[in-house]
Amino acid sequence: MGRTLSEKVWDEHVVRATPGEPDLLYIDLHLIHEVTSPQAFDGLRLAGRQVRRPDLTLATEDHNVPTIDWDKPIADPVSRTQVETLRRNAEEFGVRLHPLGDLDQGIVHVVGPQLGLTQPGMTIVCGDSHTSTHGAFGAIAFGIGTSEVEHVLATQTLMQAKPKTMAVTVNGTLPAGVTAKDLVLTLIAHTGTGGGQGYIVEYRGPAIEALSMEGRMTVCNMSIEWGAKAGMIAPDQTTFDYIEGRPEAPRGADWDAAVAHWTSLVTDDDAVFDKEIVLDASEMTPFVTWGTNPGQGVPLGASVPDPADFDDAQDQVAAEKALEYMGLTAGTPMREVRVDTVFVGSCTNGRIEDLRLAAEIIKGRKVDPQTRLLVVPGSVRVRLQAQDEGLDVVFKEAGAEWRGAGCSMCLGMNPDTLEPGERSASTSNRNFEGRQGKGGRTHLVSIPVAAATAVRGTLSSPADLEPLSTDTPVTAGA
Amino acid sequence: MEKFTSHTGVGVPLRRSNVDTDQIIPAVYLKRVTRDGFEDGLFSAWRNDPTFVLNNPVYAAGSVLVAGPDFGTGSSREHAVWALQNYGFRAVISPRFADIFRSNSGKAGLLAAQVDEKVVQRLWDLLADQPGAEITVDLETRTVRAGEGVDAIEDSFDIDDYTRWRLLEGLDDIGITLGHADVISAFEAERPRFKPATL
Ligand code: SF4
Repeated sequence: MGRTLSEKVWDEHVVRATPGEPDLLYIDLHLIHEVTSPQAFDGLRLAGRQVRRPDLTLATEDHNVPTIDWDKPIADPVSRTQVETLRRNAEEFGVRLHPLGDLDQGIVHVVGPQLGLTQPGMTIVCGDSHTSTHGAFGAIAFGIGTSEVEHVLATQTLMQAKPKTMAVTVNGTLPAGVTAKDLVLTLIAHTGTGGGQGYIVEYRGPAIEALSMEGRMTVCNMSIEWGAKAGMIAPDQTTFDYIEGRPEAPRGADWDAAVAHWTSLVTDDDAVFDKEIVLDASEMTPFVTWGTNPGQGVPLGASVPDPADFDDAQDQVAAEKALEYMGLTAGTPMREVRVDTVFVGSCTNGRIEDLRLAAEIIKGRKVDPQTRLLVVPGSVRVRLQAQDEGLDVVFKEAGAEWRGAGCSMCLGMNPDTLEPGERSASTSNRNFEGRQGKGGRTHLVSIPVAAATAVRGTLSSPADLEPLSTDTPVTAGA
Repeated sequence: MEKFTSHTGVGVPLRRSNVDTDQIIPAVYLKRVTRDGFEDGLFSAWRNDPTFVLNNPVYAAGSVLVAGPDFGTGSSREHAVWALQNYGFRAVISPRFADIFRSNSGKAGLLAAQVDEKVVQRLWDLLADQPGAEITVDLETRTVRAGEGVDAIEDSFDIDDYTRWRLLEGLDDIGITLGHADVISAFEAERPRFKPATL
């Protein structure tokens, strides 16, 4: 019988398999950041252990870092200690680090792909649940806890029970203005937050193949939001074109050998998945969340649901609690929900393509006077490229704040947080209670919805915007 | 790691589903560089609410948390496990755990016992009737026990064999794996040369 993509990649990394025990899996790339690593390095020190493969390890600073005044010492002493601890550990154990101020600093899941370190057929882990992002390249990539970080540092392996396999096939074509983000939010509303639990998911079908690498990363990024162990997409020409020429991409004969191998990383025709889901992209619309988990979403054109309409008693209670927290009334059209802050950024939607799309919609328009628009590039390179293309000017002229690179308001560990009761439309991936600041209320949205919402001040799509007068150019940048 | 065989302690009902790790401990509390001191952040947003279960003195000695389905979803932060342990919890019972949370628990020595949804409901009912009642989680026999007489609850819980064995023996994963260092080296010798390196 044939094998699925994930089974092929898995099998290639099994160092040791024994019945009744998890597989010992080799790890090709270990990404590290300041929040989930200090206790792991401490553990190594206590046991007198070394980092087995510093040459397969990469560290950057992203969760805590400020997005303004990043050239000054970090104001919050506790955040500063954490960042300084990472610097000391990287130095002591010989790990490559891209610190604040470095050209390759940024969100760990933006930095890996942009350096060309993320490649098909790899195993990639990081002490961060959105490591699933890297699956867009046909890698098995997943988040781990700090004890596992220590395990990988010491052994370059992980003990892992083989997950089940699932196929999510998306047929059809996404309508204009509907993005990868809407696709994945629609999927999560369909499956619930636990629907993927125990599975490595392969996203496939024409609508997935048509996505850019950025779009594929957005989809794989949110795999964890429906509980999946990892999300993957088979590598193809789009993947190879993205990687070729990047700083750490293979070159010459190595490139040819790599592409020859990567091309074999597709699910065989006779392979069988443990579970399959089929969706139709052509029926999808801009999608937004109303609740406090990523599965609580509806089309932008719909209204806040009534908890009584849910069949399941647990869902009813969850919906009631969510509406209370979100300060929403059942039946209110989503388009009438007023937003205080729009956050464009994160490892879900903080790449150059995302910023281009946001700028294209904002250009020639103004941010609503009651609303704040925060644009936070995913990495320093994204920021510089956006500046080269003049996108920063577009944002600033519209009245937006143009910031430095990092996780920022995605989780509010740095000073970029919501005030209690403040409402955001956010291109990030989690709308949990308090995620963006204690008492903050988050609506997850796509880039076009974020940009249009910033202009109108209420949840909107670009179709809701007044047309620009004809003498204003409508394309962004150069 | 300390061995875990069986634990009996005050059950704490957390009548919520989808308790994500941002609820268990918000990001602002993750800045410590040690494994202790996270108890203040545990469920911090809810602790201001006087009716929240942990504010009830009956549960002051609580050590077995009984939660709804999809406990520990979201972030990979092991701090969520440490916060529960730092506070005094030894076990969490739920019908469904998020994968990373379950794995982190196994590594850190917190027992994540997966039970049928009906068992959680019965435990909640028991704790509503008799606040402060004790629950036993017996890892050797994989059973949850509580209550007495006709209403006594006894049911099995799920945990994978390997994690159970490690918890029972109090074994350190890294030590086990380093015992296979020769196999790892042999694997490394065969890795394709086109694979990227960071140095
Ligand atoms: S941007 Fe948000 S989701 Fe992504 S790594 Fe940072 S905190 Fe996590």
